[in-house]
Amino acid sequence: MLTTILGLITIILILIILFQISKASEMLATLKGEDKSMNMANKGNALMFMLFLIFGLVGSVWSTFHYADLFLPVPSSVHGIWLRNMFFWTLVATVPVFIVTHIALFYFTYKYQHSKDRKSYYYPHNNKLELIWTVIPSIVLILLVYEGIRNWYKITGEAPKSSMIVEATAQQFMWNLRYSGADNQLGSKTVKNIGKDNGLNVLGQIWTDAKNHDDFLADELHLPINKPVLVKINSIDVLHSFYLPHFRVKMDAVPGIPTQFWFIPTKTTEQMRQELDDPTFNYELACAELCGQAHFNMRRVVVVEEEAEFEAWKAKQKTTYAKIKEAAAAESGTASAAEKEDETKEMSSL
Amino acid sequence: MAGTKVKLDTHTGAHDHHHDDHHDHHHEETFISKYIFSQDHKMIAKQFLITGIIWAFIGVMFSVLFRLQLAWPNESFPILEMLLGGWAEGGKLAPSFYYGLVTMHGTIMVFFVLTAGLSGTFSNLLIPLQIGARDMASPFLNMLSYWFFFAAGVVMAISLFVQTGPATGGWTVYPPLSALPEASPGSGLGMTLWLFSMVLFIVSSLLGGLNYITTVLNMRTKGMTMMRMPLTIWAFFFTAILGVLSFPVLLSGCILLLFDRSLGTNFYLSDIFIGGEPLVNAAGDLMQGGSPILFQHLFWFLGHPEVYIVILPAMGMVSEVLATNAKKPIFGYKAMVLSILAITVLAFLVWAHHMFISGMNPFVGSIFVLFTLLIAVPSAIKVFNWIATIWRGNISFTPAMLFAIGFVSLFISGGLTGIYLGNSALDIPLHDTYFVVAHFHIVMGMAAGYGLFTGVYHWFPKLFNGRMMNRTLGYFHFWVTFIGSYCIFWPMHYMGMTGVPRRYFQFDTFETFNVYQDLNVFITVAAIVVFFGQFLFVINFFYSAVKGPRMKNLNPWKSNALEWTTPMKPGHGNWPGAIPSVHRWAYDYGKNGHEFIPQVVPNGAVDTKEKNTKGAH
Ligand code: HEM
Ligand SMILES: [Cu+2]
Ligand SMILES: [Cu+2]
Repeated sequence: MLTTILGLITIILILIILFQISKASEMLATLKGEDKSMNMANKGNALMFMLFLIFGLVGSVWSTFHYADLFLPVPSSVHGIWLRNMFFWTLVATVPVFIVTHIALFYFTYKYQHSKDRKSYYYPHNNKLELIWTVIPSIVLILLVYEGIRNWYKITGEAPKSSMIVEATAQQFMWNLRYSGADNQLGSKTVKNIGKDNGLNVLGQIWTDAKNHDDFLADELHLPINKPVLVKINSIDVLHSFYLPHFRVKMDAVPGIPTQFWFIPTKTTEQMRQELDDPTFNYELACAELCGQAHFNMRRVVVVEEEAEFEAWKAKQKTTYAKIKEAAAAESGTASAAEKEDETKEMSSL
Repeated sequence: MAGTKVKLDTHTGAHDHHHDDHHDHHHEETFISKYIFSQDHKMIAKQFLITGIIWAFIGVMFSVLFRLQLAWPNESFPILEMLLGGWAEGGKLAPSFYYGLVTMHGTIMVFFVLTAGLSGTFSNLLIPLQIGARDMASPFLNMLSYWFFFAAGVVMAISLFVQTGPATGGWTVYPPLSALPEASPGSGLGMTLWLFSMVLFIVSSLLGGLNYITTVLNMRTKGMTMMRMPLTIWAFFFTAILGVLSFPVLLSGCILLLFDRSLGTNFYLSDIFIGGEPLVNAAGDLMQGGSPILFQHLFWFLGHPEVYIVILPAMGMVSEVLATNAKKPIFGYKAMVLSILAITVLAFLVWAHHMFISGMNPFVGSIFVLFTLLIAVPSAIKVFNWIATIWRGNISFTPAMLFAIGFVSLFISGGLTGIYLGNSALDIPLHDTYFVVAHFHIVMGMAAGYGLFTGVYHWFPKLFNGRMMNRTLGYFHFWVTFIGSYCIFWPMHYMGMTGVPRRYFQFDTFETFNVYQDLNVFITVAAIVVFFGQFLFVINFFYSAVKGPRMKNLNPWKSNALEWTTPMKPGHGNWPGAIPSVHRWAYDYGKNGHEFIPQVVPNGAVDTKEKNTKGAH
């Protein structure tokens, strides 16, 4: 509290001092003559712009390299590499424009500061020049559009037939990950069934659909390396966004409208740990669309592993269907016959 | 020079027979009709401006409060508890109030400050003054426009004090989050008030817009052809067209959302499980068939033009101020007008670039890539033309000029990152990260704010009876703001390169994103400095409005435009005598050795040598 008050007092003092300086300089200007003081102001500000240009350019380049270590590492997916290249070409197109226009802007500002001896040059237009700086950006942009749309279609195009199908269902505030099991097909579901079967049916799977019987839920997103995976994305409440920063994957989860994204992971978690020299590194799944108070807290760990490891992990997972049957069996030992009947009815009617 | 001025005077005198005594009707003014329910466009401009400044103070202060959380997530700030009470128990912001602050910040800055405060102020002030009209086409609607804006502000302010807090869904208020009170406390009464406030705001902006368009088309003085208008007027004109055509779409989007919230419809809702049960309609059936993406289309059909509604007036004023202070004609006047036109048309065809990964059909996305990158062409033309305007000029560094130059720099920096975001494939990693925050704050937030400062410093004497602002304070203000804004927003690009998502209350849940602790502190400190730096402006503004010295010369910036032919204290009606007529375009600076030739100077009154310079204007 004390520091806050002291801070505020300091700020107020600074403001008062600046105010007094400014009023004094206004008075001085009336004494010395408006022209003279404007002359000083012109020199001072022109110089400031020049300094801003120099420190700005040096600073922006320096800080970019300084922070480059913290940027995401080389993408761990096939399309991530395409995007990296696209980013590079966009840099090639834009950085020179950034530098050249800024040099021109601030250098001209400095050079053509007011002087009694200079007359400004009446130069209302030059059609040829304007044509040049219309056509060149147009061509560059068309090239970028071409490259962009080509990649966009490849990325959003149909997933390879061999893709493994995984489902991510968002809800406030977690991701439910469902694997399609041996048949590589996700069973159907409806929000009406959510919470049934004593709360074990978290996704609202419909058990009459046999495709559901081999589906299992997982706490971590495990993926085999170098195999295409097709993520079916949806939400049961508000918008969310399925976001895997290291794989350059992002797609909104929309209630009522299923979306999807397919990609090929190219580096295992283990490889990344070695590459980054960080034994605790983990790929992460996050939410990228504001979904409420705990939006910043929807984390899942993502594990990319060798095919064999993946199969071993998969073999250990238990299907939801089996879990529910087990629970029902355990219950039937203690529950009354009537209740038992109820439950079986419920399950089969779904 | 002196010769020109003398001729100018004879000229206005000679036109006395044009005199119409329209302005005589307004002589008996009470306090209420003069300062409150005023129908004088200059007073309405002041009302918009001062209301805008108050909102800007609130909106920026909110950003400082939530920046404290981002820089020091584990610290407690007693001052927060003092200010916010239960929302910051123990001196730490509650997440839902953090989102409330973010949402209010965005809404206030985009709509109340940069739309009403900027376009409302300067369209009102400058359209009649620069085209030579006594007032707006309908002064009464103009007054209503302000009072609807005022009412919108009152409703939004009330929403800050309701028990469940203000809206928390972001300024884009995407449903279902904003439609379901069960999904978030802010989606209760706070959201209803948000929508209600927006409806009032839209009415305000439509009334204003229709008035601006009519006035520009019908009330130009003799000789003021469209192609002789200053670029400010062109910008206000197209801004108004954009607003009139796009705000109604947001209105319908808001009304459908109100229906979903209170009448049990499901335009935006489908297959939802919330509050422990499936969402059903009145008949008890599961709600199906609604589309949250529909709302996004309706929102961004306004939302994108909105960013141009914000930036075009700033561009217009910057063009005017650059030319005036560089004492050179704006380079490529026709190209400037055409590029405003092109931006206006294209602005309606790019909205879905905010939705590339919303689940929209990828083919539709690719069409929007094309139009989005095309809109960069007229934007680039404008930048090149501004730079060409100062080339070989003779620049006076007034505070307005500094902000105009700063604007060009920010527009370049922010516009270039738009090329990354507009390319749908590249938008996959960048969407909803801090890269976007950097982009739109630089190109829209900061740049338009600079437009506002440019306008205030330049036209202050026309707002406050010939008083001038203090130049030196203006310089301090500019340099703190200019250096500060880059310090705040430039580093956010780096966070975007690490994929750090926007709208995160804290980053420490993710190893990937929790690497910028120092940078976040740096950004917050810069934000605090810039926030307090704005007091240099506020002090200067209010002090000068009351005690500032009056201009020694009726045309202190040696400008060609018409507003500087009005007297020191223009009454309602602007010119005491006849409205001057216009004989040339607004940009005869540096022609034939004349530093400037006001629009009211007839051809014969200056050197006739000019005959050989093409007289297209
Ligand atoms: C060079 C031209 C521009 C291009 C190509 C461009 C492109 C984009 C794109 C594609 C996005 C969406 C990014 C995302 O959400 O992932 C975006 C966001 C945004 N842009 Fe621009 N932009 C340009 C100029 C402007 C201008 C002139 C303004 C304002 C005056 C502006 C204001 C905004 C705002 C406010 C957002 C954020 C919206 C949100 O809340 O998500 N942009 N821009
Ligand atoms: Cu979220
Ligand atoms: Cu847009």
